[in-house]
Amino acid sequence: MSIPITSLAEFAARSAWLQPHRILLMAVAAALVISAALFMRWDWLPNYYGLALQGIWRTIWILVVTCVLGIMLAVPLGLAQAAGPWWLAMPANAFCTVIRGTPLLLQLWLLYYGLGSLFPQFPWIRQSELWPYLRQAWPYAVLSLTISFAAYEGEVMRGAFAGVPRGQLEAARAYGMRPFTIFRRIWLPQALHRALPTLAGETVLQLKCTPLVATITVVDIYAVASRVRQDTFIVYEPLLLLALIYLIISGVIIFLFRKMEARIPVRLG
Amino acid sequence: MIETLFAPLLQVSTMDLLALEPPGWGGNLLRGLLNSVIIAVGAYGFGLAIGIGGAYGKLYGGPIVRDLLEVYTTIVRAVPELVLILILYFAGTDLINRVLEALGYARIDINGLVAGIWVLAVVQGAYSTEVLRGAILSIPQGQIEAARAYGMAPMLMLRRITLPAMLPFAIPGLANLWLIATKDTALLAIVGFNELTQETRTAAGQTKAYFTFFVAAGVLYLLLTLVSNRIIARIERWSRRGMPAVSGSAR
Repeated sequence: MSIPITSLAEFAARSAWLQPHRILLMAVAAALVISAALFMRWDWLPNYYGLALQGIWRTIWILVVTCVLGIMLAVPLGLAQAAGPWWLAMPANAFCTVIRGTPLLLQLWLLYYGLGSLFPQFPWIRQSELWPYLRQAWPYAVLSLTISFAAYEGEVMRGAFAGVPRGQLEAARAYGMRPFTIFRRIWLPQALHRALPTLAGETVLQLKCTPLVATITVVDIYAVASRVRQDTFIVYEPLLLLALIYLIISGVIIFLFRKMEARIPVRLG
Repeated sequence: MIETLFAPLLQVSTMDLLALEPPGWGGNLLRGLLNSVIIAVGAYGFGLAIGIGGAYGKLYGGPIVRDLLEVYTTIVRAVPELVLILILYFAGTDLINRVLEALGYARIDINGLVAGIWVLAVVQGAYSTEVLRGAILSIPQGQIEAARAYGMAPMLMLRRITLPAMLPFAIPGLANLWLIATKDTALLAIVGFNELTQETRTAAGQTKAYFTFFVAAGVLYLLLTLVSNRIIARIERWSRRGMPAVSGSAR
């Protein structure tokens, strides 16, 4: 560690990550990026700058809202399947199976086109205070993404709840904790801890689902890229930039989850 | 009350709408389902081939091959399928047409089926690379060493030892990938390919019976999933034959 490094070559030779072939590959990658910046068309960028920022914000907003709501739904779903009586476990299981067995795009269109065509036929819905919201697309997007996330995470939480050692719960009961206190203090924290590595991956999968909302006219970053393509007939540049943006957001999600996992002390046997 | 609630659903008889003959749209939905299944099977098969190659490259390849495969799997698993489909769809058709033009042939319209299969195969390949890499690592490595000691050629070893021995470890992950493949075919509706979701949208838009058709398509997808689950359970039992029972890790 304290050995002074005299030259870059020596540093590269000593580092496990920075090997000679990596330097070569990075040079190739840098050359590709620079040639993309120089030879591809980016003149549309200033015109769509504001719209793109708005789109990124909307993508992140949808991701965060649906993940938080989805987890809140997933906890009771998982608990019902792991420890509930059969009349709770069966509907929860059926819900998870149906949602996980059909494509999200279909669910989204069912809600948006189906409910959207059904609601206006009822006068009392049109006169209700919710009507201005029900006429927009985003409530349907949030609803269907939340349901989908809840169903997938319900399965994850089922495993996590079932995986908490029995002894922990028995010890809590021996201390005289009431059932809800046991759940709040012992069962839920340990289950969440167990589920955290899976949740990181699932959150990235949820990010990958967000562009579907563009098909029901929600203007997220994907919709902005499609609009650039339609307006300017430039095909590759917006798509490549879009892929880069999603890569960065995925990286940030994984980084945040690593931080969260690091906060929880782990005792290795 | 119930009747008023469902009145919009009952405007036209559901059975008439879903009839198989042309006034009904059932035939179109089933054709869409067939297209979906063909794409899923094709993409899954090619994805597996990519995955076997990728897993071998990641485990036994040189440093450059390993890094390039890492880049491939990372990018594919972080970028939405929808974006990849558009990039690969446009880039693939464009590339083929440019090559054809350079060779002096006329431009061709790429068949949607072929494009869909190749695009989804690239996506599936990245995931199955990871699944198969993990499965190969789970084989007791002595078995592979023993095969090498017998002087088996690499292909023979792959066929006789590695693939059969890794199968029980790989099947839960591969089963998940198959289910993802069947559902990912719905994304091809966005590039306008006539698979089940696109057919459903057309039918729903024509008849305004959105609920009927989307629910019907949902039932078809669900049936596909449930039938697949049955078959997967059988395959899993078959691949585990002769192994001691372990608590299932399938998700």
